[in-house]
Order: sequence, then structure tokens, then C-alpha cells
Amino acid sequence: MLNSPNISPFVIFFASIITSNMILSNFLGMCSFISVSNEYKTASGLGKSVTMVMVVTTIINYVIYKYVVVPLSLEYLRYIIFIIVIAASVQIIELVMDRYLPDLHIKLGIFLPLITVNCAILGISLFMVIRNYDFWQTLLFGFGSGLGWWLAIATLAAIKEKVAKNNIPKGLEGPGLTFIITGLMALAFIGFSGIFVIQ
Amino acid sequence: MEVLITVLSVTAIATLLATLIVIADKFLNNYGKCTIDINEGNKKLEVEGGQSLLSSLAANKIFIPSACGGKATCGLCKVKVIEGAGPLLPTEEPYLSDQERNDGVRLSCQVKIKKNINIQIPEEYFNIKQFSASVVSITDMTHDIKEFRFKMDDPDTIDFKAGQYMQIETKPYAKIKEKAIRAYSISSLPSDNGFIDLIVRKVPGGICTTYMHDYLKVGDQVSMTGPQGEFYRRDDSDSYVFMAGGSGLAPIKSIIMDIIEKGLDREMFFFFGAVTKSDLYYVDIFKELEKKYPKFKYIPALSKPLPEDHWEGETGLVTDVMLKYVKSGEGKHAYLCGSPGMIGACIKALTGVNFQVEKIYYDKF
Repeated sequence: MLNSPNISPFVIFFASIITSNMILSNFLGMCSFISVSNEYKTASGLGKSVTMVMVVTTIINYVIYKYVVVPLSLEYLRYIIFIIVIAASVQIIELVMDRYLPDLHIKLGIFLPLITVNCAILGISLFMVIRNYDFWQTLLFGFGSGLGWWLAIATLAAIKEKVAKNNIPKGLEGPGLTFIITGLMALAFIGFSGIFVIQ
Repeated sequence: MEVLITVLSVTAIATLLATLIVIADKFLNNYGKCTIDINEGNKKLEVEGGQSLLSSLAANKIFIPSACGGKATCGLCKVKVIEGAGPLLPTEEPYLSDQERNDGVRLSCQVKIKKNINIQIPEEYFNIKQFSASVVSITDMTHDIKEFRFKMDDPDTIDFKAGQYMQIETKPYAKIKEKAIRAYSISSLPSDNGFIDLIVRKVPGGICTTYMHDYLKVGDQVSMTGPQGEFYRRDDSDSYVFMAGGSGLAPIKSIIMDIIEKGLDREMFFFFGAVTKSDLYYVDIFKELEKKYPKFKYIPALSKPLPEDHWEGETGLVTDVMLKYVKSGEGKHAYLCGSPGMIGACIKALTGVNFQVEKIYYDKF
């Protein structure tokens, strides 16, 4: 296991937005990234929901991992436990939003069931274990990764909206072009790696 | 030991989370008592909040037409909401026109009741009931059309207008694991109110028609809701043109026989389109009516009669045949029931001979 006690939580925060972006350097959460990126507005809504869910689920998973999983030495079950926790907390978040934040629920709520199966969210919880993060590192890692995911999908959607107005060669329409754009975006983001890398 | 700990802890975590969800659902999804005010105080319902408008109304025996069972995929359960529904949801948008959005029309399966709500529904909906009925007889009409006669068990009588339809709920059968709901027109007379006849053509691969043709037996009980539909006779004309194809004959038969039974003095033409003689059914009934009522004309038209049919009646497309008999649509009503292709062609032909578009009523399937 990697030991990362010395990295400042803020470095992790910025790194997970830019250089270690969940989509552009880890290629996690690709399914909704590809399919829900046709409109900037919707993509941005999904990005916000993912950020919120990432923060909440990483905190809950951190607590459960540290105080339940490790003491009972159930580390090998972390995949299952993390998934159950994510699914349940998304459901509860949806109920809470519907009750107290109805406007937000209308804007973001429809994405919540989609997010349950977003692998980037499970990825965060697993990375947190592999990299041995403490609480603050985990919190800012979750938040930063969420923002990074949001940034990536919103940028892709905005580019796709612009590109859609041009003549696209037949064979590249749809996912073909999306992958090319994603690849170019990933290259561009690598450019930041001189600043800091956390993995 | 290790296995036991593993099983117990995973179970414990899952149970804890499930309990949390149940508790959250109980407290967060609890909106207390809400009132549904229907048609400006015409009817007031006290319901527990937190459920969809569609299911709350159904629990109070008001059935809004719906085919998908509340998944926002059929777009049938439209209801006009005056106030109390919250903003339009993205799931509803594809089903509503601009006009409907301005009028406050919503999909009742997507509207969650969180406070008092004020809605408007057509009066007919109050008449829609859930029936339990049993099959009395199944008769072959043609190679792929059967007539099903149902006896109404609970409630034991039904009040409908000739031309309306019922929605049948199928039970799971063979590889079909889910219930399905499909609509079929009633072909029997409204006065025969303890029974209904439905005419069903077997659609290859159709979930409900296969169920009805191959699995339903005499004596079986079926759940159905109705009567529904806007396809019934308007009384402001004394001259009607009817046209049907295949199982589209059902509502037309009911309407024609209703007119005759009521002793109304109406001029009626009934055109029935089929391919060969074997696709014709109820011929004797209509021939008999023709003899008794000089103002009723039954004109079956075959598009491709076989040599062995020895067909002496009209041949060709039913729309062309119709134009031979109907020269002007002045003051006439037309009632059409059949495939979208047939109906489209008929409307074109009818407007060509001066039928008013708003006097052409149709039921596409």
C-alpha cells in the first residue's frame, strides 16, 4: 500500500481536479460521461449531482471503513460494502432533497439513480483505501474529484455543442467524435502534470 | 468462524442501511393528509401525501387512463392541474405540447402529492371503474380474430356509450413475467349491461393478444377498467358513414346496433374493408339488419378476393368503394376505426367530398 501521509490535502484537492482527473486520467465514470454529455445544461446538472454524492459517500465510506471494516478485518469485502453504502446513501439523499430542497431535487434528483452506478464514485472510495488517506485528505479528494468530473463533463458537453454545428464526417458522428475530444482533453490536462501529481 | 463474522457483518451493515432507508422514507416521505380537489369542489378526497397523483386517485376508485403503470413512458395519464403540483419535471416534458404546458396539463403518474392539490378531469373519468369479469364464451370469427364474451362479476353491470373501450389487464403467462394492460373496444350493446363482447385480432408476438387467444379459457376471471374513450356517436346528425377494417369492426357494430335498437331514424352506410372473403365476419348479422332497416347499407369491400371466394360484391380499396356511394359529406358524420394507414387514407378521401374534418371521428390502433 502506498503511504501518503505527507501530501497536503489541498494538493490532493487541486490534483484531483486537474492532473489526476477521474475521467481524463483514470477513465472512470465513462458511461454517463459519454451518454449524458450532449447538452451543457444537463451535463452540468449531472456534474453537480456527482460532486455532491462523491463528497457524501466518501465521508460515509471513510467512517465505515475505518471504524467497521478494518477492526473486523473485512478489507477484502470493501467492494461490496462500499457499493451497498453508496446505493443506500444515494437513496437517502434523494429523499432528503425531495423533502427539503425540492427545487434542487427537480434539477438534480433525476440523475441520482444514474449516479448510483457511476464507477468514479466507487473509485474514489477504493483509491482512498489504496492511498491510505486520512480524513481531511479523503474529504478534499472526494470534493476535488467531484469538481474534476464536473469540469470534464461540462467542458465535453460545451465542446460537443459547438462541434455539432459543423459538418462532421459520417463515421465520426456520436461516440467516435466524443472519444477523440476526450482524448484531446486528456492530453491537454496532462500538460498540468508538471505542477503536481498524486498517483 | 471467519465465514460467520463475514456473513454477520455484511448482513448487519445491509440491515442497518435498509432500516435507515425505511426510517427516512417514513419521516421524510410523510406529507400528512392532503386534499385533492377535483373539478372545483365537485369531489374532494383526503389522501396521505407522498404518493403519485395517479395512484392516489386509483386508490379512491378514480381511474385515469394509463398503459405503462406509472413509468412515464405512455403519456396517457394527463390531468389538468390548477394548483399544487410543483414545477414540470424533465420526465414529463417529452409528452406535453406547448399548449398543454400553458394549460397546466401534467402526467399524473409523475406528480407527487405534497400539499393540497386542485385538479380538473373530464366527467367521464368518474364513470371509469375497475371490473372483475369472467369469460363466458370464445368464438372464432376469422383465422386470426376471436370474439370474447365476458360476464361482469363485480360490479355486475356496466354503463357505457356505444363505441367506448375497456382496458384489460393480463396475468403473467409463459415467458411473460409482468402484467400488461391493453385496450379493446366493446362490440356489444350498452343495453346488454351485464355482459360485454370484445373482438381481438391476434397480433404476432403481441403480449396481450397472445394471452387472450392462446391462454384465456372459458370461466377465467379477468380484471379490466373502463369504459373509456371519446369514440362514441354524437347525435347532431341523421346521416352517418361508418368505416372499419379488421377488429375495428367492434365499436362500429356497437354504435350501429345501438342506433337501431333505440329506433332512431338515421341513414347509415357501413363500409368494411378486408382482403379476402375469409376476413369477413358478422356478415349474417349485418345482412339481416340491412333487410330490416332500409336506411342501413352494409358494403363489404375485398381488396384481393380469391377465385374460390366467388365474390360478387365490391372489390378494391375500401376508400375507393366508399366514394362510389358517398358523393357529398354535407351534414354527415363519419366514424372510422382501423389501422392508422386506413384511417389516414379515409380522412383524405372524406375531406375530398366535403366532409368537415371535425365531424370525422376515428379510433386508430
